[in-house]
Amino acid sequence: MNPAAIRDKVAIIGMGCTKFGELWEQSLDDMIIDATYEAFDDAGVGADDIEAAWVGTQMSSFTGATLAMPLKLKNMPITRVENACGTGQDTLRAASFAVACGAYDMVLVVGVEKLKDSGLSGLPDPFNHPVYGQGATAPGRWALGATRYFAANKLSPQEGKGVLAKIAVKNHYNGSMHPKAHFQRAITKEQAINAPIIAFPLGLFDCCPTTDGAAAAIVCRADLAKKYRDDYVTVKGFGVAIGPGWGKEDFDYNYEFLPETIAAGKQAYAAAGITDPRKDLSLAEIHDCFTIAELMEYEALGFSEMGHAKDDVEAGTFELKGRLPVNSDGGLKSFGHPVGASGIRMCYEIYKQLQGKAQLPARQLKNPKMGLAMAQGGHPGFLMPIIAILGLPA
Amino acid sequence: MAGIEAFGAYVPLYRMKREDIARAWGGASQGGERAVANFDEDSVTMAVAAAVDCLKGIDRDTVDAVYFATTTSPYREKLGATIIAYALDLKREVATNDFTDCLRAGSMALRAALDAVKAGSAKRVLVVAADTRIGAPRSEFEQSFGDGAAAFLVGTKDLAATVDATYSHADDIMDFWRTRPEDLIKTGDDRLVSHDFIKTSEDRFVITEGYLRNVQEGVSKLLEKCEIRPRDITKAVFYAPDARRHKEIVPSLGFDPKTQVQESMFDKMGNTGCAFAPMLLVAALESAKPGDKIVFATYGDGCDAMLVRATEHVADGKGKRGIQGFLASKRYISNYEKYMTHRSLVPTESQRRPPLVSSVPVLWRDRKWILSLNASRCKSCGRAFFPPQRICLYCHSKDEFDYVRLSDRKGKVFTFNVDNLALTQDAPEIFCRVHLEGDVGFYCRMTDRDPDKVAIDMPVEMTFRKFHEAGGYNNYFWKCMPIR
Repeated sequence: MNPAAIRDKVAIIGMGCTKFGELWEQSLDDMIIDATYEAFDDAGVGADDIEAAWVGTQMSSFTGATLAMPLKLKNMPITRVENACGTGQDTLRAASFAVACGAYDMVLVVGVEKLKDSGLSGLPDPFNHPVYGQGATAPGRWALGATRYFAANKLSPQEGKGVLAKIAVKNHYNGSMHPKAHFQRAITKEQAINAPIIAFPLGLFDCCPTTDGAAAAIVCRADLAKKYRDDYVTVKGFGVAIGPGWGKEDFDYNYEFLPETIAAGKQAYAAAGITDPRKDLSLAEIHDCFTIAELMEYEALGFSEMGHAKDDVEAGTFELKGRLPVNSDGGLKSFGHPVGASGIRMCYEIYKQLQGKAQLPARQLKNPKMGLAMAQGGHPGFLMPIIAILGLPA
Repeated sequence: MAGIEAFGAYVPLYRMKREDIARAWGGASQGGERAVANFDEDSVTMAVAAAVDCLKGIDRDTVDAVYFATTTSPYREKLGATIIAYALDLKREVATNDFTDCLRAGSMALRAALDAVKAGSAKRVLVVAADTRIGAPRSEFEQSFGDGAAAFLVGTKDLAATVDATYSHADDIMDFWRTRPEDLIKTGDDRLVSHDFIKTSEDRFVITEGYLRNVQEGVSKLLEKCEIRPRDITKAVFYAPDARRHKEIVPSLGFDPKTQVQESMFDKMGNTGCAFAPMLLVAALESAKPGDKIVFATYGDGCDAMLVRATEHVADGKGKRGIQGFLASKRYISNYEKYMTHRSLVPTESQRRPPLVSSVPVLWRDRKWILSLNASRCKSCGRAFFPPQRICLYCHSKDEFDYVRLSDRKGKVFTFNVDNLALTQDAPEIFCRVHLEGDVGFYCRMTDRDPDKVAIDMPVEMTFRKFHEAGGYNNYFWKCMPIR
């Protein structure tokens, strides 16, 4: 096994991302077209330059025809990818390996999700046993982790909520400066703490919204990238760790850490040649479906010492001007979570930051070199984190 | 000799003050309070709870038959006794039988069990009576009815009480009846619920020619048959529609109301239908001394009467909590409107959520753990898993496990949430992982709880409940609840 086999073999030469939000006027096809054509324009290529494509969606559509139909791609290899919240990263991963092995020179990657056409609130529950686990919700499942994490780290629920509120405040502040975010409004710590409880101890501002969106990337062989642009970025590596999903039932799992995410981080760091993520990474987009998830991920990904994420939150380590900005675009908290699109949207932020093209000067990071994008399906005890690391060419 | 080896009962946690019902309708209160089943309880789940109480310390493989008595079976066609047998994790070779459609169903089942044991067709028969009768809103029944269950293990060994004589007669009279469902109501989870509230005739006629005449006749014929005078009876246990009639009938039966009559508990739990007299019998046995003679009489299209005698083992036959234990453990339902919602008596707005789903093959395939609550324990490394797993999470051994029953284990809350978003009739829903005795984790819902008092390390026990009606049938499974 060679975890570094893919490092710098593949380049991203163009990306696109729709506005995220409740896109009542846009269909799934509209979002795919808009994200793809922004990526085409960004790369200076068109549909005729593409040799294969991958589309990631968790529940909005099936088969490669999801792309072929709206984009009128004719008789091309197109595959639909699904791997829960990490679908976006896994779609990019499938495309990257195909390009790295030389099978294709240039391919299209699209992540998309249309959640707001159901007429219902929240996500449908994909878990469909008639009684076991029936009716459980995503915030409820993360609340099980929060209850235990607080207890293990000697935080009262009120103290714990104070730490989580700082994460919500940070991400909403970052989102307030991003023109494509679903929510573009800063909030106060008091607002976060006093918001209605969704699943105790998590309140409204600890949870991300239900959102529509799409994002796209043009991936090509790294040795051909220069033909298209100078400021391309390269894929440094991936990490994928799918757990057996037995945390809820496993007597030994204590909900106080995220073992799958630790494993995925180790894979990704080995692939990208990272020894100290806190130093080597310039930014990270991680999975803040709930603020407790972001807090526990700081530790799982080695950004904070185990049990000390709270200290880094208090010190502002992960703020825009901190040592390792996390979710500089506002994260899922501001962008929402159109499941299949989120991973590519995270990559879009890293791509733009690495190019120095963040939409507003106020949110542009100084000389970033490498960024991590991690989306994580499931919940404590049942996780499927997928990481992509992008950086400036070697 | 056939008799009662063990006895138990169940009263739901929730009580409703009758003045709350009177407040809603502007009428007079009958006084006291009544027991009300939680939204996730029905006659089958309450029967399981009473049976668990009764089977304390008894090897369940020795139960040869289950007789379930109710006037409120969740099904018009399909046995309740079989669901109960599965929830109790009884052996497959068990005879199951429902006794229904009559207030006398409890004593009919008891009598049939005694006959079966006497005849030798079964050694041990579990008799469970449970009712959740719903009085029409604003009716006197709404106040007088209560929900509850009683259980008896009928057999021959170390009897707690013998049944020395039985007497029955039949009398056809239009006293209480139900024909077909009326009054369709659309509930918040999009169910169409039809209620068939109990109908009755002119009450003076029903009481005089129905209740009084039949019970007087039954008790006097029984005493005659046994050549016993009323004053030789230690305690009289008999059905009554309400507190007033319970009091009124005593002089005509020849008993001293001060010393010889089992308290009706009408002000504590209400008239629990076909389980009412059996529950009073359980209460009488709980306080009985060896040698006590008890007259037990029920009413409904006639009368059943039995002479029950407590033996020297009567204290050993007592259930884990019994009537007294369950009556002492209670919470008040917050208001009458909540009761109406729990019993689907008012149409409520549908929640804008995907419809609930069920699957008959899944419920059938998984019944060993859904209904019988069995975990798997790996034979190589000893680790236990719920739901049962073919491949061990720890040692990867394949298909090498034993089933272990979890339903009678206690546990502690390891982690929990208070979920306001979860689809439930009674938000917030508590989801938790509990650690059960024997190092088994169980991820489950918590019922009969005060959301503000749920905490890590809180002691819990298992309880069989109805989850929902997706598919048009009842989906049962186990939850945890704070220890009562």
